[in-house]
Amino acid sequence: MQIWLIPALPLLGSFILITLGSRLPKKLIPAVGAGSVGLSALITIITGYGFIGDSTKVIDCLVWQWIDVGGLSPAISFHLDALSLVFIFVITFVGFLIHVYSAEFMADDDGYARFFAYLNLFVCSMLTLVLADNLVLMYFGWEGVGLCSYLLIGFWYAEEKNGYAARKAFIVTRVGDTAFAIGLFMLFQNFHTLNIQDIAHQAEQQWMVGSQTAFIISLLLLGGAVGKSAQLPLQTWLPDAMAGPSPVSALIHAATMVTAGVYLIARTHVIFEFSPDALLIVGIIGTATLVLAGFAALTQFDLKRVLAYSTISQIGYMFLALGIGAWSSAIFHFMIHAFFKALLFLAAGAVIMALHHEHDMFKMGGLRKKLPLIYWTFLIGAASLAALPLFTGGFYSKDQILWLSLAGEHGNLWFFLFALLGAFVTSIYTFRMLFITFFGNEKTHVHHVPGSGMNIPLLILAGLSTVGGFIELPHSFGHFTAFSDFLKPVLPSVMVLEDFEGIEWIVQLIAAGVALSGVYVAYFFYILKPELADELKSSAADLHSFWFSGWGFDSLYDKLIVKPYVLLSNINKKDVVDKLYEAMVWLAEFFNRLLSYTQSGILRWYIMGIVLGGILLLTISLFKG
Amino acid sequence: MSELQATSGLLLAGTLFMLGLIGVLIRRNIIFMLVSVEIMLNAAGLAFIVAGSKWAQPDGQVMFIFILTMAAAEVSVGLALILQIHHQLKTLDSDAANTMKG
Amino acid sequence: MQVTFYIAAGVAILSTIMVITRFNIIHALLYLVVSFMALAVVFYIMGAPFAAALEVIVYAGAIVVLIIFVIMMLNLKSEAVAQEKKWLTPEVYVGPAILCIILLAELIYTIGVGNTVGITGQIVDVKEVGQSLYGEYILGVELSGMLLMSGIVGAYHLGRQKKKVVHRFLEKPEE
Repeated sequence: MQIWLIPALPLLGSFILITLGSRLPKKLIPAVGAGSVGLSALITIITGYGFIGDSTKVIDCLVWQWIDVGGLSPAISFHLDALSLVFIFVITFVGFLIHVYSAEFMADDDGYARFFAYLNLFVCSMLTLVLADNLVLMYFGWEGVGLCSYLLIGFWYAEEKNGYAARKAFIVTRVGDTAFAIGLFMLFQNFHTLNIQDIAHQAEQQWMVGSQTAFIISLLLLGGAVGKSAQLPLQTWLPDAMAGPSPVSALIHAATMVTAGVYLIARTHVIFEFSPDALLIVGIIGTATLVLAGFAALTQFDLKRVLAYSTISQIGYMFLALGIGAWSSAIFHFMIHAFFKALLFLAAGAVIMALHHEHDMFKMGGLRKKLPLIYWTFLIGAASLAALPLFTGGFYSKDQILWLSLAGEHGNLWFFLFALLGAFVTSIYTFRMLFITFFGNEKTHVHHVPGSGMNIPLLILAGLSTVGGFIELPHSFGHFTAFSDFLKPVLPSVMVLEDFEGIEWIVQLIAAGVALSGVYVAYFFYILKPELADELKSSAADLHSFWFSGWGFDSLYDKLIVKPYVLLSNINKKDVVDKLYEAMVWLAEFFNRLLSYTQSGILRWYIMGIVLGGILLLTISLFKG
Repeated sequence: MSELQATSGLLLAGTLFMLGLIGVLIRRNIIFMLVSVEIMLNAAGLAFIVAGSKWAQPDGQVMFIFILTMAAAEVSVGLALILQIHHQLKTLDSDAANTMKG
Repeated sequence: MQVTFYIAAGVAILSTIMVITRFNIIHALLYLVVSFMALAVVFYIMGAPFAAALEVIVYAGAIVVLIIFVIMMLNLKSEAVAQEKKWLTPEVYVGPAILCIILLAELIYTIGVGNTVGITGQIVDVKEVGQSLYGEYILGVELSGMLLMSGIVGAYHLGRQKKKVVHRFLEKPEE
């Protein structure tokens, strides 16, 4: 199978939609948009079928030798192995469902063709990112998804705040991208290649564990990952990115793009393995992020912002998994998270659409009866997010991370305790959101009940969020490790310390208990005694507003970076650097004026100049010789 | 009787050249300037003749002939220009043709 | 031979000085003819009889006559001499003259430091010059031909007394 078709088809779709765009009949636009991604998904599934049973298989595909200069020869060439297969499966399949959903969701929008063009372009860039066999092409895809993210966050550009949100996302991620780029430069300086496989080979030959270079490069790559995946300290852009349409939030800001950082670290895990310190930092960042974002999510009232913070928090879990070397657990959680978070965003989008673009949860309520299908799918998604035991996918993936954070070779108790705290908070805010939105009294009238175009993707995703978990069952319970076996040729598995063997079921019980008690807390505060929640809120108003603002990172950055920058640029309004160029202009003008005096029009003066020049030259040659 | 030195010939050429240059520099009349340029060209020709004579080769004379040709062409064009200037400006003052001054 | 050379050289220098200092242009041209003649003698001494002949024919003959023709066409009157007197004042010529003398001094020094080689005055006759001219320098001869052609065309074009062109709409209608 020609794997280059997988990213090429969405690109073609995007090209058609950009060039023909609004001239196409309205029914054809989603057909092109969703169709191209659907075909990619089909090819992916057919290709993936060949990997079942033999996941050591690798498909390389050189499309075009793009640059070849000074030893740097990145090509547009794709490398498909088990890791990228998981990613392209999620991207194309979830992407296809979201496209189908969008066909109805965006139907009344003026920018219908534009939306699908951007979305297809995004899918293409994302596929390029994960399929790239060298880091240059990967960076290309990386920037491509950044661009599409910018375009789609600011999709409704007529409103000023959407434009600001888009720019914020673009600029904040740029900080990480710069670090990533410097990391690439350093890698090239060290290995004289940017091919990922070659780097892995050479690193094993040249580096020692704990090497300084490996540490610096790992940190730089981590910087890129942190920016893209909205981790501490660059997480501030993601909540604002919810200004985009809901399918965009589902596809880009939950399922795929924000997990590019996870992919980057998993892909370059060889480099990270040479630097245990960097891995520890990855783990610490993940843990801190998951806790902070969890508490921030507790206080939000905008439905999508809750989901945004929960996305940050869940990616924090993935980073934690990466930090403890549990690579395949991170990818597993990524996949399950892509299913249930896409589901939650799409369901939230349906709710928001049904209530005429009402984002405030507290103005919703009582939707359980009006939108039963949305309610049930949302419930499944929420249960998976909160990792309710046994029947949800989220339980299996998150439980694996919790277990390995304690018992894995790089795990420690603090990681485990904070991850457990995060799990508790997660289930509280998830069910708080569910209870407020779907229970209680109806506060806003339902305008629009979503049709089958939106329902079917929801149902499929709900099914996947449930069933998806069963492909990897813990040792104490079934011991079925299809997923990590599948990834084993690419990502090494993690060793479990001997001390902890046999107590896995205890950890699972604790995790399950924590999740369920979180649900009960939410039930207690928002169903049984809603007045108590308000009381708590007013009694800790300061803390509430602190968490509400996402731990005050925005104002911190405002004070630390934006204000000094504005101050400096105010002082330096007449750019100091410009002075140099102004001086050049001034000098040129000065000499022009000076020399124009010599153009007197008197012939004899010119000859006099020649004579003087002759004297000068002769004198010089006389004194030298 | 001692031999004639090549240096003497070259010194004569240099002196004549400088006299021509002085002529160009100090005269405002454009015909005088042209005449002075002729002197300078002739001096250059003399230098070639001296050199050719020194090596007893015909090349010096060939070069003199080229200079002669060039001088002829130059003088014809130059005189035509002088005629035009006199016609347009009603003077032979070279300084009067300064409409291109900066 | 040496004596002849120095006499001719002295005549050439003196007459050239006279050329550049005369107020009347016809006088200057007559001195110029003398200067060319003196140089012709020098050429002859140097063993270049053909060049000497050309010097007399082309320089002293054709070019000077051409200039005299133009002067006649310009129809200069006695005011022209007065004008020249007014133009050629010491403050005008002292500066350039000093500069040129410096240059000359440097030139003399440069020529003087070189090793001196005697000139035998061996005659290089027309035949040799002609063979060389139409042999190895044939390209130069061709180029000279082109130069002369363009000189003729240029001189003709520039020398035409053009009618002053006024825009045709501004011309007064003939009555």
